[in-house]
Amino acid sequence: MNLLMNQTLTRLARAAVVAAGALVANLAGANAGAELLHFSADSGNTASVQRGARNFMAYCSGCHSLKYLRYNRLGEDLGIPDDVLKKNLMFTSDKLGDQIKVAMPAASEQWFGRVPPDLSLETRARGANWVYTYLLSFYLDESRPLGVNNTVLAGASMPHVLWELQGWQKKAEHKAEGEHGDHHGGSAFEKVTDGSLKPAEYEAFVADLVNFLDYASEPGKQARIALGLKVMLYLFGLLVLTYLLKKEFWRDVH
Amino acid sequence: MAITPNPYKTTGALGWIDDRFPLTKMWKEHLSEYYAPKNFNFWYFFGSLALLVLVNQLLTGIFLTMHYKPGAETAFDSVEYIMRDVPWGNVIRYMHSTGASAFFVVVFLHMFRGLMYGSYQKPRELIWVFGALIFLVLMAEAFCGYVLPWGNMSYWGAAVIINLFGTIPFIGPDLVVWIQGDFVPSDATLNRLFSIHVIALPFVLVGLVVAHILALHEVGSNNPDGVEIKKNKDPATGIPKDGIPFHPYYTVKDMVGVAGFLILFCAVIFFMPDGGGYFLEAPNFTPASQTNTPEHITPAWYFGTYYAMLRATPSFAGTQIWGVIVMGAAVVILFFVPWLDKSKVKSIRYKGMLSKVALAVFAVNFVILNYYGLQPPSATVQLISQVGTIIYFAFFLLMPWYSANEKTKPVPDRVTE
Repeated sequence: MNLLMNQTLTRLARAAVVAAGALVANLAGANAGAELLHFSADSGNTASVQRGARNFMAYCSGCHSLKYLRYNRLGEDLGIPDDVLKKNLMFTSDKLGDQIKVAMPAASEQWFGRVPPDLSLETRARGANWVYTYLLSFYLDESRPLGVNNTVLAGASMPHVLWELQGWQKKAEHKAEGEHGDHHGGSAFEKVTDGSLKPAEYEAFVADLVNFLDYASEPGKQARIALGLKVMLYLFGLLVLTYLLKKEFWRDVH
Repeated sequence: MAITPNPYKTTGALGWIDDRFPLTKMWKEHLSEYYAPKNFNFWYFFGSLALLVLVNQLLTGIFLTMHYKPGAETAFDSVEYIMRDVPWGNVIRYMHSTGASAFFVVVFLHMFRGLMYGSYQKPRELIWVFGALIFLVLMAEAFCGYVLPWGNMSYWGAAVIINLFGTIPFIGPDLVVWIQGDFVPSDATLNRLFSIHVIALPFVLVGLVVAHILALHEVGSNNPDGVEIKKNKDPATGIPKDGIPFHPYYTVKDMVGVAGFLILFCAVIFFMPDGGGYFLEAPNFTPASQTNTPEHITPAWYFGTYYAMLRATPSFAGTQIWGVIVMGAAVVILFFVPWLDKSKVKSIRYKGMLSKVALAVFAVNFVILNYYGLQPPSATVQLISQVGTIIYFAFFLLMPWYSANEKTKPVPDRVTE
């Protein structure tokens, strides 16, 4: 009986060690093999978000709507006067209270194979890292109908709309790992033709876009964080006061 | 014994009320003359905090219901409408979504406190049973609420959970259709879950909470020493020597707990409402889609432990019902704890080494199971979940043995500290 119990206990102990080991391995391995570049979006960088808004309207809004965002909310949050908003950013509507819809006809499904998705919540659904990496990862691929593919979303229906800015790139041959130590994060690409922007400028362009999309995914975010700081200040004060009150009341409890 | 109106002979406006309604009587019985042990420690904050979170959920829920539009075509849009166009809507929504997670955090800690100090032992069995019922209803309430935003994880989560009923022999498939009101989760499903979430279950929940507290006040609170303070009363006043009036002593003390809790709670609400993807999952920012299955469907984080047990149980004799049975049994077994513990002492402080180790292993195992319940399935996850499931049940099923066959320490007459 005792022997049996000892064996059982040993087995349980072993299983516990396995469990703990696997837990550590899983935590450590969570990022291994991830292809995404790291980008921490900052919707509080108003200048960047403004540039991103301009670029989104110029390059993206033809196909992608932001149906949960209203023009006047955008103007209000980003400090854009109504006349500037109407002149430079509003292409599909002249009503300030309207949501940002696309001008494209419903037939677009036949052009691309699917209707371009609404991007209001894209950075919350996929993450800013994903969107940032996606926009940097289009490459030439003759097997695709539009001659272009994406390492982040294989078989993407979207053409490389920003090719004029980025230029064209192709997938680099896989280098032996560790040879140059340059193969960390993202897929390696080789430039085929230059775009009108230098690589660093293009990355900044994409960063602005992602910051804007991060803003669009939750327009109230910055106000929420600002309010949160005041709430914290109040609550820490409250904690001190309630603690002193408790101490005073409890003086006669022994 | 007849009820005497206004036993405290109050006068004036209060007297007028007391002649007709036991206001002063209730105030005294439940607050100013409810004597609680003076040695409550940190673990005793979580009962009042659970009440706070319940009130938070009820109040924020009222405002959300004013703007939310149940229906497969409208739900997702209306949540974004709340987030963007309703004044303060985003804060109220985050208070509610974070509140759901906070509810489980405080309830898990509250239940652990009960296990630690034997708060379920005679004469507090019914308090524990009401509590276990609250936990059960809370899980159902959380599930229904989780479906309401009608995001893609809402949808597939609903599909998985409702289909658990499909494993019941003979009636299963028909039962699923009856519950859903359709052949797949749909508009009909969403509307009935909304009704259950905002009317049926909150009603039951509040009733159970009242019963939980009434039962507690009938027998008096346990404490970290597991000493019955009513056994040691001041002969002159009849007040327990180790008791202090709940109000003002514990009302002011609980205010400290509330302030501390609110700091953590509000930090999540204002600075990380997604909770790292655990409180609000990324796939739920995509509308429900019958054709687009999320990469791996996981339940809300607080179901992780029970979901791990569901997955850990292999199908057998051509049916997967065993997993459902195991998962159900894992909750049902909680109800029997008062009768499984055969120890002569209540508190873990005076129990033997076996009980101490068992409880520690159980707690760690609970967290490990919870973690693995949320991981994508693999052979390792499967093995760990199976071992964890066995440990979970062993804690309860072996309790009559280890709680009775260990050397306990003598319990003091009066509370310590």
